[in-house]
Amino acid sequence: MIALLLRDLRLAMRAGGGFGLGLAFFLMVTVLVPLGVGPEFEVLRRIAPGILWVGALLACLLTLDRLFALDFEDGSLEVLATAPIPMEGVVAVKSLAHWVVTGLPLTLIAPGLGVLMSLAPEGYLWLVVALAVGTPALSVIGAFGAALTVGLKRGGLLLSLLVLPMYVPTLIFGTDVVTRGARGLDPGTPLLFLAGITLGAVALLPFAAAAAIRANLK
Amino acid sequence: MDMQVTDLAVARGGVTVLEGVAFTLSGGQVLVLRGPNGIGKTTLLRTLAGLQPAVAGRVVAGEVAYAGHADGVKAMLTVAENLGFWAAVNGVGGVEAALEAMNLGALRHRRGADGSAGQRRRLGLARLLVTGRKVWLLDEPTVSLDVASVALFGAVLRGHLGQGGAALIATHIDLGLPEARDLDLTPYKAVQPALDEVFG
Repeated sequence: MIALLLRDLRLAMRAGGGFGLGLAFFLMVTVLVPLGVGPEFEVLRRIAPGILWVGALLACLLTLDRLFALDFEDGSLEVLATAPIPMEGVVAVKSLAHWVVTGLPLTLIAPGLGVLMSLAPEGYLWLVVALAVGTPALSVIGAFGAALTVGLKRGGLLLSLLVLPMYVPTLIFGTDVVTRGARGLDPGTPLLFLAGITLGAVALLPFAAAAAIRANLK
Repeated sequence: MDMQVTDLAVARGGVTVLEGVAFTLSGGQVLVLRGPNGIGKTTLLRTLAGLQPAVAGRVVAGEVAYAGHADGVKAMLTVAENLGFWAAVNGVGGVEAALEAMNLGALRHRRGADGSAGQRRRLGLARLLVTGRKVWLLDEPTVSLDVASVALFGAVLRGHLGQGGAALIATHIDLGLPEARDLDLTPYKAVQPALDEVFG
């Protein structure tokens, strides 16, 4: 399992890997939005949590279709299916690798981009907390979508359509945490919902994704 | 007995292609699957590997190592990293020995993408040596191998058999293994029901 995690991270770092793709996209969105919307301080401050979360979500989505497709194409997924690791473990580890490569860097650079969006000073802590708690759900839900579409050529569109509705609760509660935090209100309730969604997804979806992969390998 | 198959029926794309397949495979034996294209050699091997369910019948087997048409080689990892990964997944060592056995020692630091089709295939076959499994299921293992590499693979296979291993191979060429038994799949071809039987 650790070997699989290390291999995926190593592949992401090598040329043609996904590392940096999501990060660069997130960066572009948050740099371009203030330019497009204009420099009104109040407007930017109001939309900052939403833009930062939408950017993080789309950045995650951008790298999802590679999650299983590359291993499917070169035959590694078939070999992994006959290896002594359970497929559920393969899904969990690959989701973790996806999060380390996209969700974690997004969480870490988000405060810097919050400055561009004129986020209220009280919101920075909650932005990091919300992304740290919410982005694992994005990776696991995305892994489920990627597993469903693994056998398809150009499955990216279908993958987006399948995954986006499932991302909505995370987006709503994640944004709410930051918005409330930035206004100095108590963000406890949406944060608990966000954590609940993440824990539920992490606990259940690897099993569903493994079943989908087995069906797609037939 | 490493593998016992009784009255097995397998399907491809929802259509039963083989039925009534029966054989036994013991340590030290090689069984070569023969038959024309489309008879169901790959389907049979995938079913035995557990990648797809059987339509009917019984398969008694321990854990098997499967090598299909794709080699499972990562283009951006070096030859040694590719093999080291599979060794770690299977929890066994012997990466160096496997590299030497398939004559990949000189290529160990080359990326998978830089290898020729034959070199990647040799790497795919070297993976079998780091699975630690007794029964090998091989689908056209000699595709894109030159004569010398086929001989090399024959030697590796013989070494595996010498250690009590067994292999089930789908191939069209002669592997130079005198002890190999042939299993012609033509008699097991499933009879397709005529359309009027289906709809009648």
